[in-house]
Amino acid sequence: MKAGAFDYARPKDLAEAVHLLSTENARILAGGQSLGPMLNLRAVQPALLVDLRAIEELKSFNEDSESVTLGACITHAQIEDGRVPDPTHGFMREIAANIAYRAVRNRGTVGGSLAHADPAADWPSALTLLGATVVIAGPGGRRELLVEKFFTGLFDTALRAGEILVAIRVPKRSAAARYGFWKFCRKAGEFPQAIGGALTDPERNEARAVIGATQGAPHLFDDAENVFKHKDFLAAADAAGAGDDPYNRQLHAVALKRAAEKAFS
Amino acid sequence: MTDKGVGARLPRKEDRRFLTGQGEYVANLRLPGMLEVAFVRSPMAHGRIRGIGKFPGVFTAGDLQGVKPIRAISGLKGFKASEQPVLAIGKVRQVGELVAMCVAPTRAEAEDIADRVELDLEELPAVVDMVEARTNPPALVHDEWGDNVFLESLVDDDLSAVRGDAAVKVRRSIRTARQHMSPMEGRGVVCEWNRRLDQLVMHSAAQMPHINRAGLAECLGLDQGAIRVIAPDVGGGFGYKGILLPEEVCLAWLCMKLGRPVRWIEDRREQLSANANCREHHYDITVFADAKGRLLGIDCEATVDSGAYSSYPFSACLEGAQVSSILPGPYKMDRYRCRTWSVATNKAPILPYRGVARTGVCFALELMLDAVARELKMEPHEVRLANLVQPGEMPYTNITRKHFDSGDYPQAVRRAAKMIDVAAVRARQKKGEPDGRRIGVGFAIFCEQAAHGTSVYHGWGIPMVPGHEQCAARLSPDGVLELRIGAHSHGQGMETTMAQVAHTVLGVDPENVRLVHGDTGLTPYSTGTWGSRSMVMSGGAVAAACEVIAGRVKAIAAKLFEASIQDLVIAEGHVGVAGTDKRLSLAEIAHVWYRKPQLLPADVDPAGLEAIAGYKAEVDTGTFSYACHAATVAVDTETGRVDIIDYVVVEDGGTLVNPMIVDGQVFGGTAQGVGTALYEEMPFDAQGQPLATTLADYLLPSATEVPSIRIDHIETPSPYTRFGQKGIGEGGAIAPPAAIANAVNDALAPLGVEITESPLTPRRIVEALLKRRR
Repeated sequence: MKAGAFDYARPKDLAEAVHLLSTENARILAGGQSLGPMLNLRAVQPALLVDLRAIEELKSFNEDSESVTLGACITHAQIEDGRVPDPTHGFMREIAANIAYRAVRNRGTVGGSLAHADPAADWPSALTLLGATVVIAGPGGRRELLVEKFFTGLFDTALRAGEILVAIRVPKRSAAARYGFWKFCRKAGEFPQAIGGALTDPERNEARAVIGATQGAPHLFDDAENVFKHKDFLAAADAAGAGDDPYNRQLHAVALKRAAEKAFS
Repeated sequence: MTDKGVGARLPRKEDRRFLTGQGEYVANLRLPGMLEVAFVRSPMAHGRIRGIGKFPGVFTAGDLQGVKPIRAISGLKGFKASEQPVLAIGKVRQVGELVAMCVAPTRAEAEDIADRVELDLEELPAVVDMVEARTNPPALVHDEWGDNVFLESLVDDDLSAVRGDAAVKVRRSIRTARQHMSPMEGRGVVCEWNRRLDQLVMHSAAQMPHINRAGLAECLGLDQGAIRVIAPDVGGGFGYKGILLPEEVCLAWLCMKLGRPVRWIEDRREQLSANANCREHHYDITVFADAKGRLLGIDCEATVDSGAYSSYPFSACLEGAQVSSILPGPYKMDRYRCRTWSVATNKAPILPYRGVARTGVCFALELMLDAVARELKMEPHEVRLANLVQPGEMPYTNITRKHFDSGDYPQAVRRAAKMIDVAAVRARQKKGEPDGRRIGVGFAIFCEQAAHGTSVYHGWGIPMVPGHEQCAARLSPDGVLELRIGAHSHGQGMETTMAQVAHTVLGVDPENVRLVHGDTGLTPYSTGTWGSRSMVMSGGAVAAACEVIAGRVKAIAAKLFEASIQDLVIAEGHVGVAGTDKRLSLAEIAHVWYRKPQLLPADVDPAGLEAIAGYKAEVDTGTFSYACHAATVAVDTETGRVDIIDYVVVEDGGTLVNPMIVDGQVFGGTAQGVGTALYEEMPFDAQGQPLATTLADYLLPSATEVPSIRIDHIETPSPYTRFGQKGIGEGGAIAPPAAIANAVNDALAPLGVEITESPLTPRRIVEALLKRRR
C-alpha cells in the first residue's frame, strides 16, 4: 500500500512548528518508525506532515546536577551509543539497545515514542519507571508533566491540540540505584507482549515498579515496596489491568518478577 | 567427479548478480506509458454483491467481456468444481477477493480511486472452521453444491483384527494452523501488448511460466502462441508462484483493453490477507501398536481447509488427496484406513507450499509415534527403528503403493540419535537446568516423493500432467553452450547446477555455459519448477541434450580428423582421437561448423550443433529422498518460550549434484519449518477476517530464531535417475514442526502436558500448563 497524498513541512524553529500544527489535519513526524507504516496502510491520512527534525532545540541535550534533559528528537541509537549523557549509569543505554532493530533505532526518537504512546513500546514504561518529566510547548506556552501523568490510555496522552513534546528530563539517582527491566517478545525485535520494570535506590530509600505492554498506560505501582516484599506478582498483574486473560496475566506477572529479581540481585 | 561437474561444491554463478543487488525482478521493469493497478478487494469473508459504485478508471466483472473464470478441475471421482471469477460475480467468498480493478499513473493514485469505490454488500454467515464446514455448516460457500465438500476420499481397510490385538492404542486430535508463504519477493505482473507480433507479453514473478501461459490462454480465449510469459529473476516461490492468479488475468485483459502497459505489484498485506495461504489440516487419528512398538494399524480422518476456490493448476484437492496416500510415511504397517475431506471455507484458497501436505502429515504421524513411545516408555528413536522400511527391502512398495526407490532409513535415525546425543540429553534432564527451563529432545523422519511424473499425475485430471522434460542445447560459434529449459529457478541455483551437468557430459567449463530459462518464447514447454523435480527432470534433459550434442560434435570431428567416430573421446571441452595428440576444442569444432563450413565434406551430418532432447526417469513414480531431523529444545514453562538449542539433519538426496546448494536448500527449508513449528499462524475471527495482515502480526522466523543447523549426508543413488540424483528441494521444510513439537512434548511430559497443535506458541504452551495445574 502507498500513502495518500500529503503536504510536508520542515520548520527550523518551534514557533513555526506550533504555527504549522494549527493547520487542519496536520500531524507531527518525529522519527517516522510507527507513522511510516501507518501512512502506508492509510491508517492515518494527514493533510500536512510537520517534520520536527530540523529544529535544533529538539536534537540537543543538557545536564545539571539533578537531571539530564534530552531533546525529543534524540534517537534511540544516540542513547544506545552513549552519545548523550545517561543519568542511570547505563540503564537507559540498555533500554535503547533493545528497542526493535538497529535500523529502527537509527531513526526512531525518544519523543516520538512517548507521543505515539504505544503501550508496547519500551520508553513509555522505562521512563515511567524512572520518574521522568516531559516538557511540552504549545500555543499557550510551555508546561511540564510527569511521564506517569502524561499517558492517559492506549495511544493516548495529555498532549492538547497543537502541542509538541519538546524534551524529556530524567532525574539522576545515586550510584547505588539498581534497575531491572524485563520484556517478553515473541521474537527478537518485535514489540513486547509484556513489560516489567523495577527500580530500587537504597540511598534515597526509593522503590518503583511498572507493568507495561497492557491495553492501557504503563501502570506505576504506588506501593512498589509492598509488591517487592510480598512477591505476589499475579496480583500485581491484576492491579495493572493485565488480568483479563490467564496467559497475559501470567506473562505480566513473570515480567515484573524477573525485573525485580534483576534489580534486587 | 571433477571439481566442476556433478558432485562439486561449485559457487553459484548467479550469485554474482544476486549478492551485489543486480538481480532483475518484475518490479524493476519500467515500460514507457505504463499505468499502475490497485484492486478493490472484498472487506468481508462471505457476502452478496448488491452494487458497486463505479466511475471512470474502475473496472468490474461486467467489463471483462469474454474473460472466462479460472477453472482447475480435478479428475478425481466426486470432485465438485468451483469457478473462480477473476473479478467477483454475485457473491464474495473470501476477504481480499478481487471486486474491482482501478488504474492510474501511480499506485498511490490507483489506491485513491480504490478508496472511493463504494461497495454495497449483504453480509452472509461465514464458513470459517473446516470441521464445522462439513459437519455443521453455517452457510454454503458454493450455493449449488448442497454441502461444503470439494472432495471426499477413502482408503478403506478392515481394522477389526488390529483393534483386538493392539497392546497400545493411542488416539489424538491434531491440528496445523493456516499458514502463509512468504517469499522475499511477492507476486508481480507487468503486461504489455506487442502489436508487431500480435502477442500479449506478461512479465510475471512465476515459477511455472508455461503453465501460467496455458491457464491465461484458456481464460482469455487466446491461442497459446499469442501469449508470451517472461519470468525474470524470481525471489523465492515455494509453490505460491506456480499459481495462476486472478490478478494476472485482469492485468492481461486490461493491457489489451487500454493498449498500454499495466503493472500490479503485490504488497505484503494483499499477500497475507488474500493470496498466499497454505497448510491448514485437522486430523483425528488412532494408532495401534504391539508391546514392542511395532505399528499394527492406523485409522485416520483428516480434513483439509481448501478455502473458497480451486486454484489453477493444482486444484483444491492436492493436499487432501495426498494426505491419504502419504500418511504412512516411511513406516511399515499391517492395516491402514484413511478418510479425507477437502473442505470449502470462506478463506483464501489453500495453495501448495514447500513440502505440500507432507509437513502436516509428518506432524500428525510423528507426534503419534512419540505418543506410542511414551505409552510404552520407549525412546522415540527406538520406536521409529522398530517400524522403518529396511535397506535390504529396497526398492519397497508400501501400503499405499508408493514405490520407495532406495535408501537406508534406519541409518538416518541412528546417525541423528548419535549426533543429537540422546543419552546426554537424558542425563541433563535428570540434573535439571540452573535457570529452571525444561529440556526435551524430539525426532521426525519422513520420505519425500519428488520428480514424480506421468504415471502418478495422469489420474488426477488436473490441467498439468508432466511428460518428458526437454532441453534445447546449442553449441554457439564461439564454443559457448546455451541450454534452454522450461523449468525456472526461483532460488535453486539452476544456472550453476545445469552447467555442472553439462560439464560432466561435455567437459565444457561451467563459465562457458549459459542457461536460458523463464521465458515461454525461448524455452521448450515444461510444467515448470515444482515437486522438487528440476534437478532430476531438467538435469536429466540437459544431460540428454548434451549427449546429442556430443554425438554431433564427434560426427563433425570424425570428418576433420578423418577418423572413426568410435575412436573419438570428448573430455575437458575438447574432442580428440584416442591414443593420438589429435585434439580440437569444442569452440574450434563450432567455428568450423558455423563459420568455415567449406572445410566440411558434402556428406556431413546436416543436423548441426543445436538439439532438443527429452528425458523421463526410467521408473517415473518419483525419487524418495528422506531425512531424519532431531531437535533439542529448552522450554521456559513460565512464559512458554521455546529455544532450539541443538538441531541436526541427516539427509539422503541420492547423488548430490552440488552439495553446497543442497545444504542451502536444507538450511532454508528448515528455517521455514521452524516458522511452522513455533511462529507462523494466520488466525481468523468468527466472521472470517484474517487477523495477521501485516508482518507485525504474522511472525516469520529471522536470523535470531533460526538455530545453527548441523547436516550430515547419506548418499544412496536413485536407481532410476540419470546420475542417481533425487529431488530434495522441499524436504527441509517437512520435518521441523514434528521434531520441534516432539522435543517440546518430551520436555513437558513430566508435567503431564502434550501439545498437538502447531505452531507451538507461548500462549498454547502456557494455557496447556495452566489447564493441567487447575
